[in-house]
Amino acid sequence: MAAGVGKTYRMLQEGRAALQDGRDVAIGWFEPHGREETIALAQGLEAVPARRVEHRGAALGEMDLTALLERAPELALIDELAHTNAPGGRHEKRWEDVEDVLDAGIDVFSTVNVQHLESLNNQVGELTGVHVRETVPDQVLARADEVVLLDLTPETLLQRLREGRIYPLDRVPAALNNFFRIENLAALRELALRQVAEEVESKRLVREIVGTRAEGIAAEAPQAVGERLLALVSPTPSSQRLVRRAWRSSQRLGAGLDLLLVVPPNRPLDPVAQEQLEALRRLASALGCNLIVEPGEDVAETAARVARELGTTYVLMGKPRPRSPLRRMWAPALPFQVMRRLPGVDVRIVADRTERGNGGT
Amino acid sequence: MTTLELILLAAAGVALLAAGAAVGLRRGTRVLTPGAERILFPFSGRRLSREALDAALRLSKAEGATLVPVYLTRISRQLPLDAPVPQACETALPLLDVIEQRASRAGVAVDSRIERGRDPRHALARALEHERYSRVVAVARSQATDGFDPDDIAWLLEHARGEVLILRPERDEPLRWDAPVLGSLG
Repeated sequence: MAAGVGKTYRMLQEGRAALQDGRDVAIGWFEPHGREETIALAQGLEAVPARRVEHRGAALGEMDLTALLERAPELALIDELAHTNAPGGRHEKRWEDVEDVLDAGIDVFSTVNVQHLESLNNQVGELTGVHVRETVPDQVLARADEVVLLDLTPETLLQRLREGRIYPLDRVPAALNNFFRIENLAALRELALRQVAEEVESKRLVREIVGTRAEGIAAEAPQAVGERLLALVSPTPSSQRLVRRAWRSSQRLGAGLDLLLVVPPNRPLDPVAQEQLEALRRLASALGCNLIVEPGEDVAETAARVARELGTTYVLMGKPRPRSPLRRMWAPALPFQVMRRLPGVDVRIVADRTERGNGGT
Repeated sequence: MTTLELILLAAAGVALLAAGAAVGLRRGTRVLTPGAERILFPFSGRRLSREALDAALRLSKAEGATLVPVYLTRISRQLPLDAPVPQACETALPLLDVIEQRASRAGVAVDSRIERGRDPRHALARALEHERYSRVVAVARSQATDGFDPDDIAWLLEHARGEVLILRPERDEPLRWDAPVLGSLG
């Protein structure tokens, strides 16, 4: 919610609990702000040594991202997500460091004040008259598995401030005259409560939608329930783009994604096509989707059979190659053949966005 | 209808079909033919050097080569090397899309990849092992953009087959990761 509510303290508490549960925990960075209780809580938790940086004649401490990645704990505690790093680091912002840590498969507990969220920054500025320069993109918070709100009444927070538990006593009068006014704190509290309520609601909706299908009440659920996507690929570079687009759609729908490559039976792929197939395999593996290689003379028929077997609700394919009118008369294009064979299944032709702005034909 | 009229009608029909076929074929869209040469363009992080990409595209264009951008991503030691990396893909995919769009405008064929490794150098080693290429264009790290450290560049020079071109961008305005907000349906 705001400085002084106990974010760092709570983060360390969670870290200690995880350590007691047998997890490998290390502190990547924490800001004790000279608070003795916070420092005491960090005792016994392994801390990755800070990186020392000279900036404008001052010696600063920064999180050592490289050392943390080398240490590779199971869980890293990284305070102050919105912090701007001193020049010379790998990234400008700490939230970018945290993205690297997450990419390395390390879980992260972090802390952020509500006024640092990008979408709320202007609103906070209007409400409080204080413009915060360090912001965190909202999608960083949206990617968090859990968001815990530390809520204190403004009166309690002000009491803590006056007791010197947030800033040294000599800084208290200035704080009381600026950010720590009761109306500011009340506004921030309301914003924080709303933000977290929205987060919780959106996650609950997704879970409920996915869950209801299995419980047999899918008819009442929104259309996103139980979607399963099938992308028809070919052993060509353009299929990489198709797979990427299909994967994004599957992520948005919370749906499974299968890739289907129909190959002529009893005819081995040429070396270039084989190379592309291997590339598709690696891409499918990185994205976490299934690649099915199925022999078949008729692509539409094979795709329809596989789609029925998998319970596909959505078929994606690339734009068909231009064909002569004679060939069009002889057999309809693949999308039409698939639509005819799979009634009730959506068929989407994925355009080549690199052609945008090239004009139509 | 006389026999002559039938013959004329059939001839007219054939002529119309032939004309239609010709028009239909001419309306085909431009397809970039993959070049025989392949130029590997490995990169990682979120800030891709625009200058380096444009240089790689110019080289590919001049050589008639296919550009192979390879996004290198780290995978935790606690996970198998072939484990999915959806979070890294959320970063990689928009960057690969941007590269393909710029390549298309430059008239260069592209064949994109995502390669996993325990660290960027390991991912790079795997890419060198998996991919067919004649050259490598790599970017050195700068203040503005992500790129390879000196140690990685030395390693690359030692291990890559074919020519290696190292670029050091100056005052670059990077292409950045710009992923959509997750969590929405539709």
